[in-house]
Amino acid sequence: MPMPEWLRRRRSKNQNDGAALWTRCVKCAEVLYRPDLAANLWVCTKCGYHFRMNAFDRISTIVDNDFVEIGNEVQSGDPLEWVDKKSYPAKLAADRENSQLGEGVVCGFGTLTGRDVALGVMDFHFRGGTMGTVVGERITMLLEEARKRRIPCIIFTASGGARMEEGMLALMQMAKTTGAVARFMGDGNLFVTVLTDPTSGGVSASFAFQADVIVAEPKAMIGFAGRRVIEQTIRQKLPDQFQTAEFLLEKGHVDMVVDRHDLKAALGRILEYADDKPVAAEPDR
Amino acid sequence: MNVIVEREKGLLELERRIEELRAATASQSVDMSSDIRALEEKYAQIQHEIFSSMSPWQKVHMARHPNRPTTLDYLAQFARFDELHGDRHFRDDPSIVGGFALLGTRAVMAIGEQRGRDTKENLRRNFGMPSPEGYRKVRRLAHLASRLGLPIVTFVDTKGADPGIASEEHAQSEAIASCLYEFTQARVPVVAVVIGEGGSGGALALSIADRLIMLEHSYYSVATPEGCAAILWSDAGKAEEAAARLKLTAQDLQGFGIVDEIVPEPLGGAHRDAAGSIARVLESVESSLRQLSALPTAELLEARYGKYRRIGAWHAERLEAVDHNL
Ligand SMILES: [Zn+2]
Repeated sequence: MPMPEWLRRRRSKNQNDGAALWTRCVKCAEVLYRPDLAANLWVCTKCGYHFRMNAFDRISTIVDNDFVEIGNEVQSGDPLEWVDKKSYPAKLAADRENSQLGEGVVCGFGTLTGRDVALGVMDFHFRGGTMGTVVGERITMLLEEARKRRIPCIIFTASGGARMEEGMLALMQMAKTTGAVARFMGDGNLFVTVLTDPTSGGVSASFAFQADVIVAEPKAMIGFAGRRVIEQTIRQKLPDQFQTAEFLLEKGHVDMVVDRHDLKAALGRILEYADDKPVAAEPDR
Repeated sequence: MNVIVEREKGLLELERRIEELRAATASQSVDMSSDIRALEEKYAQIQHEIFSSMSPWQKVHMARHPNRPTTLDYLAQFARFDELHGDRHFRDDPSIVGGFALLGTRAVMAIGEQRGRDTKENLRRNFGMPSPEGYRKVRRLAHLASRLGLPIVTFVDTKGADPGIASEEHAQSEAIASCLYEFTQARVPVVAVVIGEGGSGGALALSIADRLIMLEHSYYSVATPEGCAAILWSDAGKAEEAAARLKLTAQDLQGFGIVDEIVPEPLGGAHRDAAGSIARVLESVESSLRQLSALPTAELLEARYGKYRRIGAWHAERLEAVDHNL
């Protein structure tokens, strides 16, 4: 399938950069040819490790064809006038340059196996996927618009939590998005989240775990407190599987763990149940 | 080490000497009133130097002062309090207290985070850091209040939600997320008071409210200064710097439109006149409830949605659109 023009434009610079043709698997250290990796949906061809995805790569694997973005005009201010090693605006500018994203989430509308869907995709490459005012605003806009259109909403989470550099204004986005989720769900609309690596803090403790159906990607790290914080608190090492998607499935926190290759089909099946049209038995599967 | 406790030591010593001189004057009929007056002047001067302009870091320590009134101190001043226990699933979390209460003559649901005054009580109450069971109790009580039409009054005082193994196993994220959901939907007036520490999502879980009140020297932050310094700079030792940057004081937050009202504390902090401080807080809670109770439920919920909807919204025209669509 040729790459749609909107995706070619929005893909991150390093991925279109001819020099970085090879990369190493984070898990098994296998050297991988990037085009092969991309063709395999950024899943290691050797060990099955699910790489953290660029938001637009993700969108291209989920929507049928077109994707109409909303909220891209909403850009960060610097409400706390934050400066540490760098100023906050300088950090944002660097992340914009590297990720080719305006902010840590991309929101918009498309179709998934023929059904209209509102789609929000967080990207860990922008400020660690942290939620500041822009992420909160875009997600709220998405939910409000989806509510108006009476269509299901799917949000892919990838986040280190609330963004420190926006202080309490960032924390308040948990309240704002929750309000929008509650109104959206209260009208009988379906809300699905897909938790990807990593999902924690203020995002996991708000809309990520408010959904009707919660899907997780294999081996994704998901939890409220960061692993390092817990280890410092209890002064011992945590077992490897702690806070993994599989651990959460066993503990009853998520509905399913789905391999990236099966994700679109799985989401399509879930959307069918919220559809007005009767669910068809699948003839060819 | 609490920097406020340290700075208070000299003052407490002066207080003791003034008392001694007063006692000596009374018993020996020697007139030491000029000495007393001199000491009192010195006392007032030092007190003013220490407390009239506190840095954010000092305020964080004031909020953590071991003698600062806690949730149960406030609840003790309600006309009645009937505590309800447990999450109905697994256990009762002592870092959350809540139940039916009478504020004056008004029946309410009162819920708060409870830290301990000493090591023993702090261990029992997990230093005021609630587990998922605690948040499930909060949610249960908020839901009950909404059903019965009882206004909700919360007291926020936590460094944050408990970050332990069991809390993760019992779905801390989901417990907090469900609390947030419940408070956005509660069909009754909600008034939240930050009485000490407002640490992160663990504080937010009790403070999505129609009216957010903060004590003058309490703080409310996206993370504790220590947590923020650890996250950003991998160095909890830089907490003082983080406190200065986070804009976490009640005064800063009023500037952002996050806090609706600040209740003043006596010079030296709420614990220097606990009864008076508590009375002032309860008065302003009552006055908020009076105003909020006059609103029809639909209006109350629209206003609550709009209040949070506006935080970090960027375009005036979009905000107008929001107002139209509420
Ligand atoms: Zn691999």
